[in-house]
Amino acid sequence: MDPIERTAKNIVLTVQDFTLFAQRAVLNLFRPPRYWTDFLIQCNIIGVGSTAIVLLSGFFTGGVLALQSAATLSEFGATAVTGRFVSLTMIRELGPVLTGIMVAGRNASSMASELGSMVVTEQIDAMRALGVDPMRKLVTPRLFACISMLFFLTILADAFGIAGGGFVTVVMNHQNGTQYFSMAWEHLRYPDIVQGLVKPLVSGFIIASVGCFYGMRTTGGTEGVGRSTIDAVVFSSVIIIFADFLMTQVLLTLFPPI
Amino acid sequence: MIETSAAGQPDPSHGGDSGVSMASLDPVVAFDDVSISFDGPPVLQNVSFSVAPGETRILLGPAGVGKSVLLKLINGLLRPDHGSIRLFGQEIGTMREEQLFPLRTRTGMVFQEGALFDSLTVRDNVAYQLIQEGIPDAEIDQRVRDALRFVQLEQTFDFYPADISGGMRRRVAIARALIRQPAFILYDSPTGGLDPITSTTIIELVMKQRDVYHTPSILVTHRLQDAFTLCTHRFDEALGRMVELPTGETDQKTTFLMLEEGRLIFDGSIHDLIHTDNAFVREFLE
Repeated sequence: MDPIERTAKNIVLTVQDFTLFAQRAVLNLFRPPRYWTDFLIQCNIIGVGSTAIVLLSGFFTGGVLALQSAATLSEFGATAVTGRFVSLTMIRELGPVLTGIMVAGRNASSMASELGSMVVTEQIDAMRALGVDPMRKLVTPRLFACISMLFFLTILADAFGIAGGGFVTVVMNHQNGTQYFSMAWEHLRYPDIVQGLVKPLVSGFIIASVGCFYGMRTTGGTEGVGRSTIDAVVFSSVIIIFADFLMTQVLLTLFPPI
Repeated sequence: MIETSAAGQPDPSHGGDSGVSMASLDPVVAFDDVSISFDGPPVLQNVSFSVAPGETRILLGPAGVGKSVLLKLINGLLRPDHGSIRLFGQEIGTMREEQLFPLRTRTGMVFQEGALFDSLTVRDNVAYQLIQEGIPDAEIDQRVRDALRFVQLEQTFDFYPADISGGMRRRVAIARALIRQPAFILYDSPTGGLDPITSTTIIELVMKQRDVYHTPSILVTHRLQDAFTLCTHRFDEALGRMVELPTGETDQKTTFLMLEEGRLIFDGSIHDLIHTDNAFVREFLE
């Protein structure tokens, strides 16, 4: 088998394994036993634990957007629409994508390294030997916790992004705050919000499924754990951006801009 | 040779929920022509053997001959490429993972390095199965204390695995494997890498389980001293320690298996082992 053929086969096999893995993780929610305590623990780790980085990155991204857009919009005498620009950009694109990437960096890596360490120290085998399904106990709670928490984290990132933009507009650009926030609010439509809240559901699924997938297939001791962690962060980040591109295309078709 | 008898009464802390009658004549485990490989030459080739009720089988062989793989096959943690594996009379080679979980709860397994959950306390490690079954906390605490008393580690109840020594971790792993009084136990090198005193303590625990509860088991080891100790000693409940059998007597229900490069090259008693003509076995013994 030549290298190209082997690589192609490996890619197809990985995609097949990932599909079966993700399918099993999702279907486990509909069959007992369900580990609600583990779900709540993961909600705390992923949701509460990521709040600070998501708020800070959201706030400063909104601030940067306001700075950059105000500079450009002033050339057209349109600085008044800064609020609209920041809110739409945050809610439709940057909020979901940035939150996804921040959480991927923090949680896909932790899932891959935690599960990977458990694999190489035979803790996963021990769990199976004790009659407990690691997919149900470890993967499914992480998957659904990540999906639900990313939804709320994105809302927080959007809100703090708009607030960051407002801060820059008022304090640094010395513009009218009421105008900024009224423009941010009045031009917001339901399709924009739908677009912004569908994306984190998909991103949450990508982060947890990719993180757990690479963790559970770790081989090669501690070096393998490191490799799995890198793969989990790289692939989940890239897939989030690629999925965002596809979703934007579909959602713009479903909800065409006025 | 004699068959040792055990005078012990079943410990009430052990649920006795094995569901397997010791009177049954069917083997607990039966391998028939089993082979497995992982992207290379076969790790196990055409292996056939069985474990009778109450029997302890000591699996010998140098490192890397497939001893741990064989144990994982028995528990369904790995699937054979070829052949049949029957556990408690059921063919497990073709079972789905979900179907295997009930069988695994009847099989205790002690992993090579203990494989304790490092984020859980000793109490939660030992009680892992009981917690999943939703047993009340008070009963769990009592059963965990009984199991830890069995391995003489009651004082580690609230410790984390990182806080105890390697030998203690193996003993906690034994307590975890025994807490539900399994019908069959798999010990994967429980004394590997330990000092002689700790090894003897662990072998004494294995012997106690064998002679007091008559639980059939497979013990993987490459320490001949441990294997011979199991054959030449019995656990005396009254004294609370192992005692040597009279000279010339050995435990009849403790027998040997030996692997060489994935093939089963020996299956028999200690007498057969000592007097075998097989060059590899002789070299290993010497």
